[in-house]
Amino acid sequence: MTQQTQTPGTSASGADDVLVRVSNLSLSFGNVRALRDVDVTLRRGEITAIVGDNGAGKSTLVRCISGVHTADEGTIEIDGEKVAFKTPEEARKAGIETVHQNLALVEDLTVWQNLFLNREITRGFGPLRVLDRGRMKRAAEEMVSSLSVNVPAVTSKVRRLSGGQRQAVSICRAAGFSDGLVIMDEPTAALGVQETARVEELIQRLRADGHAVLLISHNFDQVMRLSDQVWVMRAGRCVAGRRTAATTGEEIVALITGAQAA
Amino acid sequence: MTSVTQEAPSTDDAPPPMPADSWRTRLRDPGSWAEWAAPVGFVVMVLIFQALNTTFLSLGNVEAMLAASAILIVLAVGQTFAVSTGGIDLSVASNMTFSAIIFGTVFGSGAPVGFAFLGALVAGTAFGLLQGVLIGRGKITDFIVTLGGFSVASGLALVVSDGQPTTVIDRFVLEFATGSVWIIGYPVIVAFLVAAVAHVLLFHTKFGTHVLAAGGSEEAATATGISVARVKTAVHTISGVCAGIAGAMLVARIGAAEPAANTQFLLNCVAAVVLGGVALVGGRATIIGPLFGALLLTGLTNGLTLVGVSQYYQPVAVGCVVVAAAFLSRYQK
Ligand SMILES: Nc1ncnc2c1ncn2[C@@H]1O[C@H](COP(=O)(O)OP(=O)(O)O)[C@@H](O)[C@H]1O
Ligand SMILES: [Mg+2]
Repeated sequence: MTQQTQTPGTSASGADDVLVRVSNLSLSFGNVRALRDVDVTLRRGEITAIVGDNGAGKSTLVRCISGVHTADEGTIEIDGEKVAFKTPEEARKAGIETVHQNLALVEDLTVWQNLFLNREITRGFGPLRVLDRGRMKRAAEEMVSSLSVNVPAVTSKVRRLSGGQRQAVSICRAAGFSDGLVIMDEPTAALGVQETARVEELIQRLRADGHAVLLISHNFDQVMRLSDQVWVMRAGRCVAGRRTAATTGEEIVALITGAQAA
Repeated sequence: MTSVTQEAPSTDDAPPPMPADSWRTRLRDPGSWAEWAAPVGFVVMVLIFQALNTTFLSLGNVEAMLAASAILIVLAVGQTFAVSTGGIDLSVASNMTFSAIIFGTVFGSGAPVGFAFLGALVAGTAFGLLQGVLIGRGKITDFIVTLGGFSVASGLALVVSDGQPTTVIDRFVLEFATGSVWIIGYPVIVAFLVAAVAHVLLFHTKFGTHVLAAGGSEEAATATGISVARVKTAVHTISGVCAGIAGAMLVARIGAAEPAANTQFLLNCVAAVVLGGVALVGGRATIIGPLFGALLLTGLTNGLTLVGVSQYYQPVAVGCVVVAAAFLSRYQK
C-alpha cells in the first residue's frame, strides 16, 4: 500500500484542507470483496475523481461515505473526527449529499416533492403541522433556476422527465442541501452534450464555493478537465492516487487496467 | 382524480399548470381513464339505473345507499394506506369483526358506551400495529402477515365472544345509527370525516409524502433517509384504526356485536381501492377515488336489486367491474 505516501499535497498546509479521510476501509457482500483496505482523502475546495472499471468498487465506496453501507472494517473521518454513519440520514445531517447512480428519485412525485423529499417544509404547531406546499414550490423554482437546469416545471412529475432532466433534478437536490461534500456517481453518464457542459459548470461552481466534490466518472476527458485529484480503483482496492495536473490520461488508463503498477 | 388532487390543493400560490399536465393530454392517455374509473363509472352507473328505475335517485334510496356504504368507505380508506406502500391488508374485515366483538364485550360488562367505542378503537389499532411491526421491523411480507392476521382476528372474535352475538341496546348507539342531517346519516358523516382526515394526512403532511415515496420507490425513500419500516408499520396501524372505527359502526348498524366472517367487506374494500385508481404497486393514491369506488360498489348492488336482478348475480357483477378497473389500470403509467 503505497498510496498514502503518494497522497499529493502532503505539504504542511495541505493537511488542514482534508475534509474526508477514509482509512483501511473494507466491505464484503457475501463472497464478493467489494472494498479491500481502501485509503482515500478528499479536500475542501477540490474536485476529487474516482476512476476504475465496472465493478471496481467505486459505487460501494461512495455508499459507505454516504451512509448507505456500513463498512466491515476501517474508518471514515470527517474534519478529523471519526464517523460511522448507520443511515444516509446521518450522513446528510453531517452535510454530505449524494447524487446516486440510480438518482434516488420517486417517479410518481413531482419535481418539488423530490427536491424536498424528507426535507419537507411544514407550517403549524406540534402534531398539526401541514406541508407548506407553496413555499416548497417557490424554493424549488429557485433551486432549479439557479442551476439553469432545463426542467419543464417543478410541478411536473419526475416520470415525465427525460433522463437528463432527472439527473439535473437529482444534482439540484444535492447541491441545494449540501454543506461540505457533494458526491456524484457518474453524473453526466445519461446527459447530452449541452447538459453535460451545464453540469460541469455546476460542479466547478460548487468547488469555487468551497465544497468538496467527489466525482465518479468514466469520462477521462471530463476527469482531466475537472478534477484536482484522481484516485484509481481496481478490484476493490485503491491502487493509486495522482494530482491531476501531474498525470496524463494515458497513465490513468494504464493504472486502471493494471498495465502500470502504482 | 389522482394527480389533480395531488397538485391542485394550493394552486393559488402555485405557478401556472404546465402544458404537459393539461386536460387534453390527460384525455388522450388511457392511464388517466384508469384514475377516473370510479367517478366516471359512478356517473354512468347512476344514469343507467335511473333510466331503468326512477326510484334509484329518490331521496329515500340515496339515503339508504349512503348509509350502506359508510362502513365500506372507512375500510377502503384504511386499505388505501396499505396499498399506497405497495402492500395490502387482508385482515381489515376480520379486524373489524374483532373490534366489534370487543365493543360488545365491553358494553356487555356494563361499561358506558363510550368505553365500548374506545375498546373497539384500541383493539383495532393494536391489532394493526402488531401486524405493522411484523411487516416493517420483522420484514415478513404483508401478504402473509395480514393473511395470518385475517385468520387470527376471526378466531379471536370467536374466542372472545364464545361464538355468541351480544345485543347492544343503547339510546346513544340507536341515535347514532338512525339519526341524520337531511339524507346524510351520522355514520355517513363519520365516514366522510375519516376520508377528509385521511386526505389531509396523505397529501398535506410529511408522513403522507413519505408513504407515497416509500410506495413509489423504496430505494429512493431509503436513500433520502426515510425509514420504510416505520412507514409500513404506520400504514398498517392506520388500517387498524379504520377497522376499529368500522367495527363500532358495524355494531351500531346491526344493533349487535356478531362474530360473523364479513368476508364480503374485505373483497369490496380492495375492490373500492382498485376502482379508485390506486396503483397496487404503490406510490400512486387518492382518497377521493376509493371513496367513489365504495359508493359505486354499493350503488351497483342496490341498483341491481332495484331493477330485479337476482341477488346471485350481484357478486358476479361486482367481480366483473373490479377486473375491468384493474384492466384499465394496466395503462396507468
Ligand atoms: N448490494 C450489493 N450486493 C452484492 N454485491 C454488490 C452490491 N453492491 C455491489 N456489489 C458488488 O461489489 C462489486 C463492486 O461494485 P460497485 O461498487 O457497484 O462497482 P463500480 O461502481 O466500481 O462499478 C461488484 O462486484 C458488485 O457486483
Ligand atoms: Mg457504479
